[in-house]
Amino acid sequence: MPEAAEKKVFSKPSCLLPNPFHFCPGCHHGVIHRLIAEAIDYHDIASRAISVIGVGCGVFLYDYIAVDSCEAPHGRAPALATGLKRASPRSVIFTYQGDGDLGAIGTSEIIHAANRGENITVFFVNNSVYGMTGGQMAPTTLEGQKTTTTPLGRDPQGEGYPLKVAEMLASMEGSTYVERVACHTPKHIRRARKAVNKSMDIQLNNKGFSLIEFISACPTNWRLQPEESVKRMEETMMDVYPLGVYKDLAGED
Amino acid sequence: MSDDRVLFRGCAALAQGAIDAGCCYYFGYPITPQNDIPEYLSEHLPAAGGVFVQAESEIASINMVMGAAAAGERAMTSSSGPGISLMQEGISYMAGSELPGVIVNVTRSGPGLGGISPTQGDYKQATHGGGHGDYRVIVLAPNSVQEMYELTMDAFSLADQYRNPALILADAILGQMKEPVVMSPREYRAEDKEWALTGAEGREPRLIKSLYLKEGEMNVHNWKLYDKYKEMSQKEPRAEIDLPDDSELVLISFGSCSRVVQTAVIQARRQGMKVGMIRPITLYPFPGEIIKEAVNKVGRALVVEMNTGQMVDDVRLNAAREGEIYFQGYPGGAIPTPGEILQEIEKII
Repeated sequence: MPEAAEKKVFSKPSCLLPNPFHFCPGCHHGVIHRLIAEAIDYHDIASRAISVIGVGCGVFLYDYIAVDSCEAPHGRAPALATGLKRASPRSVIFTYQGDGDLGAIGTSEIIHAANRGENITVFFVNNSVYGMTGGQMAPTTLEGQKTTTTPLGRDPQGEGYPLKVAEMLASMEGSTYVERVACHTPKHIRRARKAVNKSMDIQLNNKGFSLIEFISACPTNWRLQPEESVKRMEETMMDVYPLGVYKDLAGED
Repeated sequence: MSDDRVLFRGCAALAQGAIDAGCCYYFGYPITPQNDIPEYLSEHLPAAGGVFVQAESEIASINMVMGAAAAGERAMTSSSGPGISLMQEGISYMAGSELPGVIVNVTRSGPGLGGISPTQGDYKQATHGGGHGDYRVIVLAPNSVQEMYELTMDAFSLADQYRNPALILADAILGQMKEPVVMSPREYRAEDKEWALTGAEGREPRLIKSLYLKEGEMNVHNWKLYDKYKEMSQKEPRAEIDLPDDSELVLISFGSCSRVVQTAVIQARRQGMKVGMIRPITLYPFPGEIIKEAVNKVGRALVVEMNTGQMVDDVRLNAAREGEIYFQGYPGGAIPTPGEILQEIEKII
């Protein structure tokens, strides 16, 4: 029987390299990488995009997305991106940072990059734990959450409260677009895709600073199965970190 | 007599040297005694088509320099002791990532908050690391306002040539004093750096990194860096030498302190004492061979520094077998007088 003509309806983004992701099962970094690659294709900017990569599980982004890349010292990606963007305004600069990188050691750099309204895009992955170093408390760790450095659960008295990055940066006068998304269901992925595309569009139109916070699962360090992790995200994390647009001065495209 | 000289303050001359070297990007955070540099550049750099950013910290400053350097541009920052300490992380990353850039340390006294008076207590931090890992930074030590201007231009060339950070080690005297300077901007054409991040247009993506996790990679990378440092040590050591054949003592001093020593040497010669002098201009690579030869020839050396003894260790490392090494130190932020140094010379001779 002759084969029916096949129509390709779904393919790998052209700037996504064919290397298998090193991420653990159930981790959302891979999906987030893909969404960024899709946005680079969508805007046709693989020849202009430069990634500035923070320290954490995302540090090997250059193994997966085929654009010029620079590693930043822990937490300093927004400062490095500032220098890069000022020196090369035509380039499309995005940082990729985890919650330890951006929310703890790099709070100064992210706040001031946002406050200056640097025309860069920040992708911030919040999985409420230090992934790469083995599951220690992050600034985003939930109250009561057990980690390897909060064996009794995080106690705000002495260990602080979960840091709400999207809310904090939305309050900066210099920021243009801040949204918190998730990517554990097709519906959420569609929303996240739109946000990622928009954040790059804002930069391409010189409209300033944007940050997309991804609520993400870390089954390995949460000591949960991937399915249970998604459940935890929905039932616990999203109460503390509600999804949505926190700031949008860019308006509709 | 035609005179192209202009009267400039040290920090301003250094800043103009950066512009004249083709540096278009400055990132910095205020700290005494170097504020004349950002103030000068905030006015003159944008006028020259460049970008001036006052960063939120020295940590951010050095990372901004790293970003502009990654784009292939000439960039610099300046600070003083405590701020330079904060930059050490970034300087280590720049060395590891092989990114050029110029860092200026107009030193103050320390440790800690110390004081704003001049000392040379940051010699070891500048020349023997400061940050983590197996790396070196090119270190140039001006001793005049003219050199504040010229060595800054040299720093940019050397940084580019070796893809390595270069540091100017000055101090409050050099930063604040005014002297006539002849300014001669050098032709700088932004070359196409084959490693710079400019967007992967019609080529494979480029990567600037300092993380090497695969087996054996770190070893290869560190030996590659070492080869550069070795090449620098062979080609770049520089010193001012004033060493008559009949010298019985050679004085060794760098930076502003060397100006006082020069005066003491002149006074000693007037009194009939046979003394010479060597002034290291590059502190890294250290002009060890030049010093070794001099001490071997003369038999005695007096190292004078505004600290408790830092460069003297490098002198001893190179020349301890060649003769006697004496040291005179002034770490208190007080500048020695030529008379004090003359007394030391008399004691030795």
